[in-house]
Amino acid sequence: MPETLVQIEQRAPHGDWRDAHVEFRKGSICYSAAPKNLSYLGLPNARLWQPTDADWKLPPDWKRILLDGMRERLRKYRSFRLFMDICVRCGACADKCHFYLGSADPKNMPVMRAELMRSIYRRYFTLTGRIFRGLAGARELTEDVVKEWFYYFYQCTECRRCSVFCPYGIDTAEITMMGRELLNLIGCNTNWVLEPAANCFRTGNHLGIQPHGFKDSIDFAAEEASEITGLDIEVPINRKGAEVLFVMPSADYFGTPHYYTLLGYLMLFREIGLDYTVSAYASEGGNFGLFSSHEMMKRLNAKIYDEARRLGVKWILGGECGHMWRVLHQYMDTMNGPAGFLEVPKSPITGTVFANARSAKAVHICEFTADLIHHGKLKLDSRRNDHWIATYHDSCNPARAMGLLEEPRYILKNVCRNFHEMPENTIREQTFCCGSGAGLGTDENLKMRLRGGFPRANAVKYVKEKHGVNLLTCICAIDKATLPTLLEYWVPGVEVAGVHELLGNALVMTGEKQRATDLRGEPFAAPTQAAEPAIEANHA
Amino acid sequence: MAMNAIYALLAVLAITAAGLVGGQVTPARIALTEVIPYAAVTCFLAGFCWRIARWASAPVPFRIPVTCGQQKSLSWIRSAPVDNPSTLPGVLARMAAEILLFRSLFRNQRARIGGGRLILGETGALWLSALAFHWALLLILLRHLRLFLEPVPAFVNSLERLDGFFQLGVPPLYLSDVILIGALAYLIFRRFRDPAVRFISLFTDYFALFLLLGTAVTGILMRYFVRVDVLSVKELALSLAALRPAAAQALAPMFLAHLLLVCTLAAYVPFSKLMHMGGVFLSPTRNLANDSRAFRHANPWNHPVKTHTYAEWEEEFRDKIQAAGIPVEVAEGAGDAGNARTN
Repeated sequence: MPETLVQIEQRAPHGDWRDAHVEFRKGSICYSAAPKNLSYLGLPNARLWQPTDADWKLPPDWKRILLDGMRERLRKYRSFRLFMDICVRCGACADKCHFYLGSADPKNMPVMRAELMRSIYRRYFTLTGRIFRGLAGARELTEDVVKEWFYYFYQCTECRRCSVFCPYGIDTAEITMMGRELLNLIGCNTNWVLEPAANCFRTGNHLGIQPHGFKDSIDFAAEEASEITGLDIEVPINRKGAEVLFVMPSADYFGTPHYYTLLGYLMLFREIGLDYTVSAYASEGGNFGLFSSHEMMKRLNAKIYDEARRLGVKWILGGECGHMWRVLHQYMDTMNGPAGFLEVPKSPITGTVFANARSAKAVHICEFTADLIHHGKLKLDSRRNDHWIATYHDSCNPARAMGLLEEPRYILKNVCRNFHEMPENTIREQTFCCGSGAGLGTDENLKMRLRGGFPRANAVKYVKEKHGVNLLTCICAIDKATLPTLLEYWVPGVEVAGVHELLGNALVMTGEKQRATDLRGEPFAAPTQAAEPAIEANHA
Repeated sequence: MAMNAIYALLAVLAITAAGLVGGQVTPARIALTEVIPYAAVTCFLAGFCWRIARWASAPVPFRIPVTCGQQKSLSWIRSAPVDNPSTLPGVLARMAAEILLFRSLFRNQRARIGGGRLILGETGALWLSALAFHWALLLILLRHLRLFLEPVPAFVNSLERLDGFFQLGVPPLYLSDVILIGALAYLIFRRFRDPAVRFISLFTDYFALFLLLGTAVTGILMRYFVRVDVLSVKELALSLAALRPAAAQALAPMFLAHLLLVCTLAAYVPFSKLMHMGGVFLSPTRNLANDSRAFRHANPWNHPVKTHTYAEWEEEFRDKIQAAGIPVEVAEGAGDAGNARTN
């Protein structure tokens, strides 16, 4: 926790934004990437440096590299060129950004974040900018601008909330992605993004867990699930010929509270007898390449289809993870498809064909489970979650890059009797980010994370005070890793859980022993018995 | 940043003044009525097309719609076919709602921090004023067709009747004029009043607003206060449209100022943010269906990248994989699995 209290207040912006000088303060920045990670990934300008240094040791021709990089991307991405040109600075986006609301720093207004880039675009790529300079809103590209870019493009979680309100659909995530790509060209990147990327490239997952460690973690979870249920639960690894390849974020088998969600998946798969395998090679669904460059995203994502092909599975099932699903939904098929070697996903239990995933062949676990519940294939005792009064946080990417809004809610309403929504302008497509996405979730950046997460936390506080909510559910690994800290600071007394953790609690498994505790080992609110008629799923 | 607004105002006043006095000198009058209009229209058309072509020539490598409602997934879950379209009709409806009704701006809700709390308050003012401004402008542009077409098309007459429905004053007051001025005044006022918007505003933002305001004011002055000879104006307009410009000797200064402001506006469009009128149609977060898992979106420059293959991975960790009892492709010592990369 930060030594000084984070004060959230509103301050009117003042001064001239064209002044690029930024003060790097501890607690509000991410540290630079270690040279070994850059070298391993083959990225340029590996060196020791920190954002707080006066000299960033940029390559001598950094300016040419940046401008060439911009030119190339303006040619390759319509989004980039268009979003550089058409903003009218109406300001509708300004107060939609959690970082602006939490920091009152005017350059955190989405429009301003984009102007940091646009002013350079105008100066070097437009006629009016070349002639009229400042009058046309153009600025010179200086080292201060590079530092400013670094500061503010690593103070954006690519959550896309501002884009929902923009009359032209200008997406700050696109601009931040371009900004980070450009900074990567001159070696200005953060370790919290590139170390997971390097790990993932080498070992298969962000945490750098090697195959035997992966097996240990999975076996440990399987044993614990077996112990809780009294059933024999085993998890196949790299098994050829399975029907389904299950891919999850590595945090699910290495972090808490993610781990309870993993238990929930394993119990579900055991109960329905799913013919599946996990992979120690494709042992990461998340993709920190998304936070670095399109190229890195593609490099890290490639192993999912490759492994599905090698193992000869029919289709891919993906676990609870936000940015993983942005990649799987909007990029994977384009980057590494077509996946003609797979089959159109079809639930072996209900026969439902997931036509919405017929090309990419990847199904979200919430789509899969909601379908199971809808067809009455699961015996659920929602009273086993009576100790929770839950609300649901829409994770940014599934909400705004996919529209996965109802599936998790449908599951929750079937497994949990106490559910309350947060205010409507803070959920669904208008959901507020956790403040730690896009590779900002590191402890050295905690002050800024607490600021950025404030709007989300405040909406949780509202339902805590109004309905006594004590559990924030979500379907994102970064949420599960960072929201506990956020809530501990702003709304003590509210825990964080995955949707499939609550499913695991409520799931009445065939032949299970009488369970007295939930997956966390906490006692149920009232004794329940598997033998009693369980509350059937809602067939409406 | 206040200087931005002052410079912009001065620039527009200078253009207006040039128009007002330009008619006094013959060469200037000829430039104003016979050269500048063509130059401006050429600049507008060529520039507009050039900008659109520039955008259109850049590919859309990825399907990146911003989804603002429930996706189309399971048959029994109701999807949001407009806010999260999965079909072409859905996309067309979304674009229509965006362009005709400013759908996204309609969501606008001000957020502020007060007493350590996040407070969300309604505000339709930006949406309403923006929508009112754009529709009024369209109506006024259509009314101006009267000057360029003989006989005047029936729909233009109908629009005029509708616009002057209240029959206030002589000549009847056009509702669109009132709305346009009111909306513009609010949009300008907002740029000054809201500290955040003031902070982000550039010279070009004020210049566009003042240019529009100047055009509207000179137009309104001409119609209601400083009467001009409409017949000679129409003669000029028709002759310009017929590419045989013949200006009458006595064109009112107010008209010439109006004309010069309009020409400036037209010529300025391709170089400015006013291109949003064309750009909005091309926005990839709005004009694509959210169907990227159902249909493969092709990227024309899908560059090959260096990946870490399974063979390389197995080569590096083979002993550990085998020790953990995980199946391998190539058993230990059975040969080289490829160009493994280790460090």
